[in-house]
Amino acid sequence: MDEEPQRIVLSEEQKRSRRARSIAIALALGALVLLFYVVTLVKGPAILNRPL
Amino acid sequence: MSPVGEGAQFAGGRIASVPYGPSVATVGDYVALMKPRVMSLVVFTALVSLMIAPGQIHPMIGFTALLCIAVGAGAAGALNMWYDADIDALMNRTAKRPIPLGRIAPGEALAFGIVLGAFAVGVLGVLVSWLAAALLAFTVFFYVVVYTAWLKRLTPQNIVIGGAAGSLPPVIAWAAATGGISVEPFLLFLIIFFWTPPHFWALALVRVDDYARARLPMLPVVAGAEETRRQILRYSVALVPIGAAPWLLGYAQALYGVTALIAGALMVMFAWRVRSNREGERAARAAHQLFAFSILYLFVLFAVLLIDARVVG
Repeated sequence: MDEEPQRIVLSEEQKRSRRARSIAIALALGALVLLFYVVTLVKGPAILNRPL
Repeated sequence: MSPVGEGAQFAGGRIASVPYGPSVATVGDYVALMKPRVMSLVVFTALVSLMIAPGQIHPMIGFTALLCIAVGAGAAGALNMWYDADIDALMNRTAKRPIPLGRIAPGEALAFGIVLGAFAVGVLGVLVSWLAAALLAFTVFFYVVVYTAWLKRLTPQNIVIGGAAGSLPPVIAWAAATGGISVEPFLLFLIIFFWTPPHFWALALVRVDDYARARLPMLPVVAGAEETRRQILRYSVALVPIGAAPWLLGYAQALYGVTALIAGALMVMFAWRVRSNREGERAARAAHQLFAFSILYLFVLFAVLLIDARVVG
């Protein structure tokens, strides 16, 4: 009952690559937020007008 | 260091055994998954279309459209690599892609492709144009489902029909800039469409062993090198008037027309060399030269079209 649950232990390389992936995802999300912000400023009220 | 997925076995686009542990995939592996070289050609042709389209598109909206087209192309590339991991592992040209190397698990590539594709289409629709977004969604669907999953393993005409996916980016960009579609982007579509077979078959001629090993029904494998050389020449000849069509139909000026005719004649000359040199090293060199020139051909045609419209016109 008191057995330690088995856990995956990441190697240094796995930790490094995971950190790099996390940073890339954060930067991509930040860029997306910035993109929406700037395009909203550019379009103004026309942002609500989306013709086919 | 042994890769995470060492010993991974692939079968028909699915993974047969899954020895993957925690990922060691780098950001570079994910960039490779998006086929950046293909993406660069997609972005360039779309950029030219965006720039020559009538009317004024705000640079930020134009940038957004290009970004979404690039990301959509990347999504299609990732989904292609996910489905084709089994045959990629068998071919020298593709064996070092991230999935066959075991650096990215197939499931990760699938999720990456779906998320990228959904974001690209959604953002293009919300911020630019829903027509352009619908065309982008169709392009990704066509490349992944019609070309990769259906035609590629079925018929030697795979790259002819599948070439439509690579031809659509200028149409998407035109729709993003104008909100509609007209004859000009259709001409750009036709140029890339007729350019694709000689471009890919030149590569297939020198990689025929690769394709045979992967049991892909590429034209040189199914119909032989002789028939492939004939078809390359036919498409290259057809490309001459199609390449010049924007000028012949009055959409571009003489600068473009003369350039298109000269470049078209050179393309035919390189195709003729492929047709004439059938043995050994000379045959391989001729095919390599056609492959390399075809890339230059498309770049020059679109670059001059842009100069013709923006500087001369």
